[in-house]
Amino acid sequence: MTVEQIVSEGKDQFPIGMRVLAVDDDPTCLLLLGTLLRRCQYHVTTTSQAKTALKMLRENKNKFDLVISDVHMPDMDGFKLLEHVGLEMDLPVIMLSANGDTKLVMKGITHGACDYLLKPVRIEELQNIWQHVVRRKKKDRCNSGSKDKPHPDSGEDAGIGNVDNNGKLNKKRKDQNEDEDDERDENGHDNEDPSAQKKPRVVWSVELHRKFVAAVNQLGIDKAVPKKILELMNVEKLTRENVASHLQKFRLYLKRISCVANQQANMAAALGTADSAYLRMGSLNGLGNFHTLAGSDQLHNAAFRSFPPSGVLGRLNTPAGLGIRGLPSPGTIQLGHVQNSGNPTNDLSKLQSFVPGNHNTNILQGMPMSLELDRLQHNKSVGHIGELPTTDSTTVFPGSGSLVDARITGFSNNPLLGVTSNSLMLEGSSQQATSHTSVSAIGFQNGNALSDFTLIAPASNQLQDSKADSQGQASLINCNAGQIIRSAPQEWNAPRKDAPYQSHALINSSIPINSAMIQLGQCLDRNNSIFHRTTDLDSVGPLNFVDPLSIKHSEGDNYIMEPSVIEKEGYLMFQPRPHGSHVPDNTGSLKDLASAMMKQEDDFGCNGYSLRTSI
Amino acid sequence: MERNPMRRQLASLRKSLFDQGYLDEQFMELEQLQDDANPNFVEEVVTLYYRDSARLILNLDHALERRPLDFSKLDGLMHQFKGSSSSIGAKKVKAESTLFREYCKYGNAEGCMRTFQQLKKEYATLRKKLETYFQLARQIGPMESANRPK
Repeated sequence: MTVEQIVSEGKDQFPIGMRVLAVDDDPTCLLLLGTLLRRCQYHVTTTSQAKTALKMLRENKNKFDLVISDVHMPDMDGFKLLEHVGLEMDLPVIMLSANGDTKLVMKGITHGACDYLLKPVRIEELQNIWQHVVRRKKKDRCNSGSKDKPHPDSGEDAGIGNVDNNGKLNKKRKDQNEDEDDERDENGHDNEDPSAQKKPRVVWSVELHRKFVAAVNQLGIDKAVPKKILELMNVEKLTRENVASHLQKFRLYLKRISCVANQQANMAAALGTADSAYLRMGSLNGLGNFHTLAGSDQLHNAAFRSFPPSGVLGRLNTPAGLGIRGLPSPGTIQLGHVQNSGNPTNDLSKLQSFVPGNHNTNILQGMPMSLELDRLQHNKSVGHIGELPTTDSTTVFPGSGSLVDARITGFSNNPLLGVTSNSLMLEGSSQQATSHTSVSAIGFQNGNALSDFTLIAPASNQLQDSKADSQGQASLINCNAGQIIRSAPQEWNAPRKDAPYQSHALINSSIPINSAMIQLGQCLDRNNSIFHRTTDLDSVGPLNFVDPLSIKHSEGDNYIMEPSVIEKEGYLMFQPRPHGSHVPDNTGSLKDLASAMMKQEDDFGCNGYSLRTSI
Repeated sequence: MERNPMRRQLASLRKSLFDQGYLDEQFMELEQLQDDANPNFVEEVVTLYYRDSARLILNLDHALERRPLDFSKLDGLMHQFKGSSSSIGAKKVKAESTLFREYCKYGNAEGCMRTFQQLKKEYATLRKKLETYFQLARQIGPMESANRPK
């Protein structure tokens, strides 16, 4: 078949018959959208449930070329769906909304939407959406570094003068000629279906992604090159190109998180100057971050900074270290103020400042829980993260690390990934307790910083006075962490459930009780410091976490991080924000935290155990 | 022919809906999607809209009874309602929705409630007018409806 033939055929057939999946909970809009799309001669499948959509997409990755989804849906936030699709299936997704706020559009873009349309949609707009499919295919090919196409095609296409044609051409060629496909396919994509309109995609399953993250952590985000990652992962049939494109997406994700984290960090910094160590620790960041995170969709309480355990630990261990550490007598650990300095603000700042300090933390923080969880999946990775202060790996692990990390670092050098701010908190107490580390470690394992927080938060709350409680909580936390991590990876790769990351991570207290948690409890027993730590976290921000835990976080709806700070029984509690609302003004919350912390400090006194009092 | 005056009536009714601001261009988009394969598309969509949005109206009513008002929730509900309404080109209804959301933004309970009452009025008025319109269109016959002058 000559090029011209192919090209012309391509032109004739595509975009006609392009397979679109339309998702919108509003039946009127869905009917309209479906009809419009059919009028454009696309092959349309409609569903009003995001979960159903995901299910369909997962069933057969090659069944659709493009997804169009509404932003506001009851069962799952459109952005979540967008992330899922982007990560798992690498399909172009177009967002639809009646709301054209710049912020929302920006959010769509940062989440990876290739376009954002306003309702009511007009047919003219839909007539051009096929370009996204072509563009992506082309990008994929380029990414794979396959020799195939782009150049030879461009040459041929020169005549056509249309890059799109190139893509189409490639596609066409592939479809028509298996042999030719070999060239293209060597990217490692299974090219089992010659008739498939699109290149087969590698499925980044949870397991695979976990390996990927572990490898990245091991190498260090800066040094993580596809080739090395590939070697470390040691997965058959995976090509360097697959890894490269996945890495690219991953980096975008991290960047996104870090942006949010940075914001928070700034806020934190503004709140109080924290020891640089603290900043790193970011443990509190979790708290601070929460606030700020709350603001960002993704970040949600990512406050967890990936706090390199080693780094943190070092600090924590030294009395001079983290303010939290400062706590003079272990016995009296102020809530929220890990340090005796009784400087609540410090804690806060620590927490918050965390962000700026570490890239990692940022990432962690910014990362939506879900993402974090994913990252955290690997316990292994967690370890890495903890070690890398600013490595991306930490960032990889969303927030979970921060709080937990903080703690963990104190306890034992658990390389908690997310440990971001938590470490501060934890550390104070951790010094003493190795068991503490377990707690925090757990958080990390989950990889989800958020989860950590949540874990912590709840744990702390519960801890309150009895050891048993703390232990229970610890386990709770651990469980969460575990869950989070588990859920996280899933979400990253192929969330088993559609539940939002965050909610799962954080809230899923159903998490199996980890010994860590118990240890946490133990630690508490040992000295209030630990307890305090938790409280600190809680008080500062973690409290929010507590809520998340208790909150059954509706998926798709708010991010856990969004909760607004609510003082509850002396605890700062963040309440999940209602649907559609973004996190409340972070600054405000930070301030609240700060004041809360102050208050706590006063209250706190010797009774470290009761978190309540601390608040 | 009997049809002519009816057709004229239909055309005139249609025009008045646009002129008086009840409908906007989106309604025309719907009309364009109507064809032989889809001869009653516009009516189908409008019927679906009224059926589905009734639920939203009810939810909004309930939400407006709570004290204190949950503006965030109200805003969310209205957002959905607005999206639906704009899909069929319900211009006045959409305008009230926008106003309602503004009031929500500023936490103006009084404004919200007032606007909602107005919105319901517009919503009901439009429904009546469209029912009349579709009835007439059906009388004229599917062929005629499909070839309605634009």
